[in-house]
Amino acid sequence: MNIIVCIKQVPDTSEVRIDPQTNTIIREGVPSIINPFDENAIEQAVQLVEQYGGKVTVVTMGPPQAEAALREALAMGCDEAILVSDRCFAASDTLATSYVLSNTIREIGGYDLIFCGKQAFDGDTAQVPPGIAEQLGIPQVTFAIGLEVDGKKARVRRLLEDEFEVVEAKMPVLISCVKQMNDPRRPGIKAKLAAKKKEVKVWDSACINAEACYCGFDGSPTRVVRTFAPKRDIEGERFEGEPADCAVAVVERLIGQKII
Amino acid sequence: MDFRFTEDEQMILDAVHELGREELQPHACEVAERGEFPEEAIELCREMDIFAIPVEEKWGGLGFGFLLWGAVGELLSYYCQTTGSVYGAHMLCQYPIMAFGTDDQKEKYLKPLTTGEHIGAFGLTEPNAGSDAGSVQTRAELRGDKYILNGTKIFISNGGVAETYVIIANLDPSKGTRGLTAFIVEKGMPGFEFGKNEKKMGWDALPNRELIFQDCEVPVENVLYKPGRGFRVAMGTLGVGRIGMAVGAVGLAQAAFDAAILYAQQRVQFGQRIAEFQAIQFKLADMATEIEASRLLYQKAAWLKDQGEAFEKIASMAKLYSSETVSRVTSQAVQVHGGVGYTREFPVERYMRDAKLFEIVEGTSEIQRGIISNLLLRENHI
Repeated sequence: MNIIVCIKQVPDTSEVRIDPQTNTIIREGVPSIINPFDENAIEQAVQLVEQYGGKVTVVTMGPPQAEAALREALAMGCDEAILVSDRCFAASDTLATSYVLSNTIREIGGYDLIFCGKQAFDGDTAQVPPGIAEQLGIPQVTFAIGLEVDGKKARVRRLLEDEFEVVEAKMPVLISCVKQMNDPRRPGIKAKLAAKKKEVKVWDSACINAEACYCGFDGSPTRVVRTFAPKRDIEGERFEGEPADCAVAVVERLIGQKII
Repeated sequence: MDFRFTEDEQMILDAVHELGREELQPHACEVAERGEFPEEAIELCREMDIFAIPVEEKWGGLGFGFLLWGAVGELLSYYCQTTGSVYGAHMLCQYPIMAFGTDDQKEKYLKPLTTGEHIGAFGLTEPNAGSDAGSVQTRAELRGDKYILNGTKIFISNGGVAETYVIIANLDPSKGTRGLTAFIVEKGMPGFEFGKNEKKMGWDALPNRELIFQDCEVPVENVLYKPGRGFRVAMGTLGVGRIGMAVGAVGLAQAAFDAAILYAQQRVQFGQRIAEFQAIQFKLADMATEIEASRLLYQKAAWLKDQGEAFEKIASMAKLYSSETVSRVTSQAVQVHGGVGYTREFPVERYMRDAKLFEIVEGTSEIQRGIISNLLLRENHI
């Protein structure tokens, strides 16, 4: 079974700072990590290959320093790593990113499954996984929490707001993973050292036959007008006194507002 | 002189930081209060290859030095004193097999100690023999192709949970230290039982058990090094052990200092944060300075060891100074906290209880001063 995992390197914080001039995220001085949902995708892929054999190829689009995320993925058990990096990819929106990644996947070829995290921790759009599947013309199943495969089709359990949904899809299929799907492994020191010695291929736009007009700023119809941290203008209410009395007061208030 | 770790070493330390911050520290208090061996923490250490650091790659190790082994131990003790103490006690079994074992012994015993599949322990101390190793009363007698061990060891760290033990027994008590012999003993060997686990002032979750040998049969091939040369094995092990104790003391002292400097900037009295009072500032300055000096001492001892040079004197200095430092620093950390520092709501009271043992275990401060002065007088003999 050959699996491709698409990952993204993101800043290690949920409180990212925004540059008010450019409306973009300030990345300087913030340590980078693998997008947490992508770790679930890697874990799922590695587990399947441990069970059925085959190989896991991990892919990321990003600047040269994104290599660190790929090395971490290699330490977690991925077999090969490809960094897709080109100046013309800068400022790609989700459409352009999907274009670059789907071209990369086409170039790798011979895949049975593609795993992604359900969304990136920084942008939170959840648009790239469906975008890749659309551009490749293969089925997609998003928000997967569980999975069974039989070589021809995948049976996927999806985590929806109030329910689970079980769907089947013909392979190759793209699956985006939620946090509850598994518990990503913490690579040991030996695996980390071995990963440092593995090759990380670097592909540019020519390697994946990407046309510049579909990449980066030119290939991105999305325009970010403004990015801001929402102001919290709802004042909390504080109940003080004995815990039991406070509990009664809280319940009365909730009943009064017909919340319970 | 270069104080920086290599890129690989720094990567390992970052990984241990992450393990400590995310997995060890959140449970450290609970582990100590429950007083049971921290299985889960040790399993995480195993998965991370933590026990493989200074062992040759041939035996499944990572081939780094004792300097990195120390730095990792400091972090473990910083985040969870119990985990750090298991790590330190484990080396007391791993090291003598590394340094004195045959290839067969390394294949059989060092490999599983290096993966962490087996935990190790070292048994020297007896009711009448601690610092005075020549008084060991556990007897070993050769009968056919086996040695028969009889006697009792006490306070043995990792005792009961460990699978592999390096035990010092005496072939001929009339010869004193020249009769001492080291044996590798496995849990479950006939005649090897465990006695009581000590209830202590601190280090609650580290087992310190009695080991009871009653006609315990140990195959001759389990003699470590040579019959009658157990004193050398024991002293070699304790030399590294002293670096280990210094490492643990520095980790614990740093944890106490970090708690104190945080609290000093939160607590407000007389309209200002207590960190703004010079009385507190001077305490913090002294604490940090002593910790830094202790760390440099253990690092130098470990570095000398890694260079293959004599390290025993500096190791004793490191052990002496860092164990007295951790006692002072943890006591001052409680002082900075004031009343709450004495309660179990804050970890510093536990740090203070844990600290005291460093001045006692693996050679008391008095013994260390004796070792250091003996070596000094030998070096400066007129």
